[in-house]
Amino acid sequence: MSIDLTQDYFALFGLPRRYALDEGALEAAWHELQGRVHPDRHAHLSDFEKRRSMQWATRVNEGFRVLRKPLARAQYLLELAGVDAALETNTAMSAEFLMEQMEWREAVEEAREAAEVSELEDLHRRLLGHAREVRGHLAAQLDEHQDYEAAADTVRRLMFIDKLQQEIDEALLALEN
Amino acid sequence: MAYSEKVLDHYENPRNVGSFGKEEEGVATGMVGAPACGDVMKLQIKVGKDGVIEDAKFKTYGCGSAIASSSLVTEWVKGKTLDQALDIKNTQIAEELALPPVKIHCSILAEDAIKAAVADYKKKHEA
Repeated sequence: MSIDLTQDYFALFGLPRRYALDEGALEAAWHELQGRVHPDRHAHLSDFEKRRSMQWATRVNEGFRVLRKPLARAQYLLELAGVDAALETNTAMSAEFLMEQMEWREAVEEAREAAEVSELEDLHRRLLGHAREVRGHLAAQLDEHQDYEAAADTVRRLMFIDKLQQEIDEALLALEN
Repeated sequence: MAYSEKVLDHYENPRNVGSFGKEEEGVATGMVGAPACGDVMKLQIKVGKDGVIEDAKFKTYGCGSAIASSSLVTEWVKGKTLDQALDIKNTQIAEELALPPVKIHCSILAEDAIKAAVADYKKKHEA
């Protein structure tokens, strides 16, 4: 058993290079690969071979981590396409989108301060629906149109939506306790 | 993460939080966001007839460093002309607040917020 470290993660797991992904197939491929490269299976081998097997196992786990999460998978697809999503430096989101984000945040803050659990739950539901819609756009941009620049913008939007979801979850958790 | 004293000071006593009224004269708004951490920042400037920034306000949803960076720049832009405000660099903000490398993007956000607010003002007044 050996692993080609220059292969991308999709090739490593024998999956098509797409955003839409069969999660069951990914999991099965991960278990199978893990079983083959696990360092314990190579305990009788030389130090060099053990080290190499460790390196393979790390590669397999890192690949699984990236592919299983939709947003990380999308970022990886952009990386493979040579498109930099500039998550650290691109601050120029559309004003309309940012205004919307600001309004969401204000609504969460107000509901949190007023301890309105049902309001937070309602925001949570609405945001889930919105996120599903945006991820639908992302799938079309990546898999159907190969429009990576547009997909990069959508990935940036989803980063904000993710953060917002976290804020709502935290607020709900704080109110429950 | 340990915040510097200056960050904590701005975080606990943020300067100039809020918004100007929509009808107030000379007000311009800069909206920016940092995808990496989901921070959203709104910076407003109120420019006098002489072209000097009289007042500034901000509203930021983000970590302590993002709040401190925006609070700091609202203080810094007051009394400056638009061009002087544009000279404020993120490195100065990061240095003043002793931001660690992982928080540099907060200072970039604040610098970009000033640029966006000035651009908004110019768009409204030079058209």
